Parts: sequence; C-alpha cells; structure tokens
Amino acid sequence: MNVKEIRKLFPILDQEVNGKPLVYLDNAATSQKPLPVIEALDQYYRQYNSNVHRGVHTLGTKATDAYEGAREKVRRFINAKSTQEIIFTRGTTAALNIVAASYGRANLQEGDEIVITYMEHHSNLIPWQQAAKQTGATLKYIPLQADGTIDIKDVEATVTANTKIVAVAHVSNVLGTINPIKDIARIAHQHGAVVVVDAAQSAPHMKIDVQDLDCDFLAFSGHKMCGPTGIGVLYGKRDLLERMEPVEFGGEMIDFVELYDSTWKELPWKFEGGTPIIAGAIGLGAAIDFLEDVGLDHIAAHEHELAQYALERMSAIDGLTIYGPKQRGGLVTFNIDGVHPHDVATVLDAEGIAVRAGHHCAQPLMKWLNVTATARASFYLYNTKEEIDQLVVALQKTKEYFGHVF
Amino acid sequence: MSFNNPLDQLYRQVIMDHYKNPRNRGVLEGNSVDINMNNPTCGDRIHLTMKVEDGKIADVKFEGEGCSISMSSASMMTQAIKGKTVEEALKLAHIFSNMMQGKEYDGSVDLGDIEALQGVSKFPARIKCATLAWKAMEKGLHQHH
Repeated sequence: MNVKEIRKLFPILDQEVNGKPLVYLDNAATSQKPLPVIEALDQYYRQYNSNVHRGVHTLGTKATDAYEGAREKVRRFINAKSTQEIIFTRGTTAALNIVAASYGRANLQEGDEIVITYMEHHSNLIPWQQAAKQTGATLKYIPLQADGTIDIKDVEATVTANTKIVAVAHVSNVLGTINPIKDIARIAHQHGAVVVVDAAQSAPHMKIDVQDLDCDFLAFSGHKMCGPTGIGVLYGKRDLLERMEPVEFGGEMIDFVELYDSTWKELPWKFEGGTPIIAGAIGLGAAIDFLEDVGLDHIAAHEHELAQYALERMSAIDGLTIYGPKQRGGLVTFNIDGVHPHDVATVLDAEGIAVRAGHHCAQPLMKWLNVTATARASFYLYNTKEEIDQLVVALQKTKEYFGHVF
Repeated sequence: MSFNNPLDQLYRQVIMDHYKNPRNRGVLEGNSVDINMNNPTCGDRIHLTMKVEDGKIADVKFEGEGCSISMSSASMMTQAIKGKTVEEALKLAHIFSNMMQGKEYDGSVDLGDIEALQGVSKFPARIKCATLAWKAMEKGLHQHH
C-alpha cells in the first residue's frame, strides 16, 4: 500500500492549517473524500441527475442503474446474500433507529430484555432506551473489563431467555476495542435473541462479512469510509426485514394506494420512503470501489501498525493517560494530566493537528472511565507515522505550554 | 514559547490564574438561585448558586467541570457580579455576549479581568465554553424574577 500515492487522491490533505501542514486525525468522526468519490458526485449532478424508479426517460434509467448498482456494491462489500437485505439510510443513527422503532416495538413487551454494553455510542443506546420505555422492556448492560474489553463470560451471564435483542458496537469509537461479534451472536441466538451490530467504526477499516458474523442487523455510515455525508446502510436478514413494518411512509415505498389502506413495495424499497439519497448512494458506491481497490486487508494492517506505533510513542509521554486495550482499532483516546482535552485540542489545532475532544457521544462510557471528557486521535489509510511523530511533538509542547502557565 | 501568537491571546495569564485559583468556588447554602447548566456537545457543566437580596447579588458561588476557558470564565463572572444589582449583572452578560460574538460593546463599563477573555472570540470553537457560566447566570436571574 503506497500511502504517498493514496494521499494524492485526497486534495483536502494538501493544505496548511494555522500555518502548519494539516495533520488530520479525526477520522472516527468523519473521513476525508478521495477524488473518485468527489468525481462520482460531480458526474452524477453534471450528467445524469434524475429521480429513480419512476422516470421512463433515459436519465431516470441511468440514475436508477447507478443507485441500484451502488446497492449491489454494498451487498458485495459486506457479503450479504441479497440486495434485498441492503437498505439505504441517512446514516448509522437512522439505521439503528429503524431497527429499534420497527423490530423493537413489534417484538418487545414487558419482561423482555434488551442487552447492550457500556461502550455504546449514543446512537446505539438512546434508541434502545426509548424502545424500552415504550414497550416496558428492560435495558441491561454487559459490564466491561478494566482494559475496556468484553469478557464472553459476562455476555453469557447477561443474556437470558428473556433477552430479545443484543445491540453492540463492532469497534468502540472511544476505546478502540474490537468486540467478538461472532461469539456474541452465537450466545444471543442460543437464547432466541437477535444481534444488532453498530459497524460505524469497523466497516471503514476492516473486511466485514455479515454471513460469517451471523449478525441479524448491521449498520454503518458512508461518511466515515470516504463516502459522502447523509448516506448509510442498514443490513438485515431477509426473513426479519420481511416481517418488519416500515418506519417512514409516503412516496417511493408503496405498492398500491387506496383511500383507506395501502400496501408496501417489496424489500428493500419498503424502507426507503421519499426520494432516496441518490447522489449519496452513488458516492458510497465509489467509496467502496476505492477502498476495495486499495484492499481492506491492507488498510486494516496499515491502521494496526499506526495504532501500535501511536500507543508506543504516546505511552512514553509522562502524565499522559491512554484508555482502552492494546489490541484495538485505529484510534487512541487519551488525557494529559491537568490539561482539559478542549485545551489540548485547541493547542494541537494551532499546530495544524485535528483531533476530537469531548465525550464522543458516549456519556455512560465517560462515567465508567471516570472522566468528563477525553481527547482522541483516530487514523485512516492516508495517515502516516510521521504524522504521529508530529502529534507526539505537539503533545509534548502542550504539556510544556500548560506547565509553563501554571 | 514556540507556539503561534494567537494561542497566547487565548490563554492569557489572568485566565490561567482564574483556572488555577478559581474565585467563589463552592455551593452557597441558603441560596435563592440554584441552577445547573451543561454544554451537551462537550460535557462542560456548571452549578451556580446565588443569594439575591433587595435586587442585589449578595453572594455567588459556582462549581463545575470543564476546560480552562469555561472554568476561568465562570470564576471571572462570579467575581464581576458579586455585589452588583440584578440589572447590572444582566447588562454585563449582554456586554459579554457581544464581546464573544465580536460585536461592538459598551466600553463605559469596567470589565476588569473579563477583558482577558476577548481573545476567545477569535476561536469560534471555544466561544460556547466561555459563555456557559454567563448563560447560567442569566437564566438563573430570569427565573428568580
């Protein structure tokens, strides 16, 4: 994998921020976009913008082919059995909300349990809180080990015959923990529960095979994997999706409409009410082509190397605390003693380095870590060890700067 | 230091002094205004208690968690409004809001330490940190009325 060549495809990376070369380390929030994705969007809007599934005209057919072609790319990307199992949504949040609102409300009642973990992003937490409130079901948490991993014994102890849904992040957006989805799915299925996977932080970085994972639902966002914002994917096993009611009603998703009743289109369109996210899906398709050209295995290996290098260099900084396990996805969440993460992020920004500071939409996890906020550096295929070196120098400067003023 | 100049405009000595040695820290017993506010996007929070007597802020204390900007601003705010009338405090809040947005503001009022926060307006991402305590104060005084 030639990172130097890859970087040339990301025009945004070639700029100065506050007089310093941009070092973009906020990829867990959103990734940058390569030329093939920007060009696919440009081409769609310049050459064949049209609504899908309805026009008899030529542009309408072109747009429909491209939109449905993107669905096939997504199917292949996660190895789903059928494109009927691929629903385009606004993003991971929207996808998880469909599962909670449709599957959750139809299949939960008082006495049932929803099982999640302490490391969930709010998007895989609040929809379940709401579903629990609305149905009388109970929300239960799988505890975490001291290093921020899940012990499979705790999954076995938490999931019971009353559990109907187990919802878990594939990779934690704070700790970087990679969760054992296959094992969790096996345990859930033994108890008759379905498994919902938040793949927002894994799909961009590693090869996903939904059949191998044997998950029932899986959600991810386009914008974290080189695609545009406003497009995401909900994968669901066909027999489950067949039995689910749509969440949004209106145009595009109907079969026959009469005065007092209507029927829905077949999968996947019954879940895609309104004019769909055409440009977004086409952009996501281009992003998938790009990532597969580079190779997901190469990307995963590169990020693993960066994460291990960052861990090694950053743990050598005195007074710096790193959260999460050694084996992790491509991110490092940390704090510097006595310096608030916002202040860390502002000082790094002055050095041209973009990191995230805050609670990372994971307030229960912040409580578990006993912090109010943290800083996070997250990597992608275009990042380099030199950039991590720059981060380390800037972190040392941050320490000096605040040590000096104190 | 080897950092860019703008950073020194943000982290002025007086700000770091308030961060390190916050004034009026704590919870006021027998208060007449008790308000919690947080900044949900970043997790900063403030708990502000005030004793308002005869239209005057007789005493004020704060506690909370947050970055140097939010906590120093809270400290400076309490220092500035202690002993002032409710109207004067609200006027200060208005001036501060304008200052943060980079707008013209009433220069006839002596702002004391608060002047040091002027540099925050050049860091759009940090303005919300600085205004948290002031918004809590405004809300608390409006509720009291």
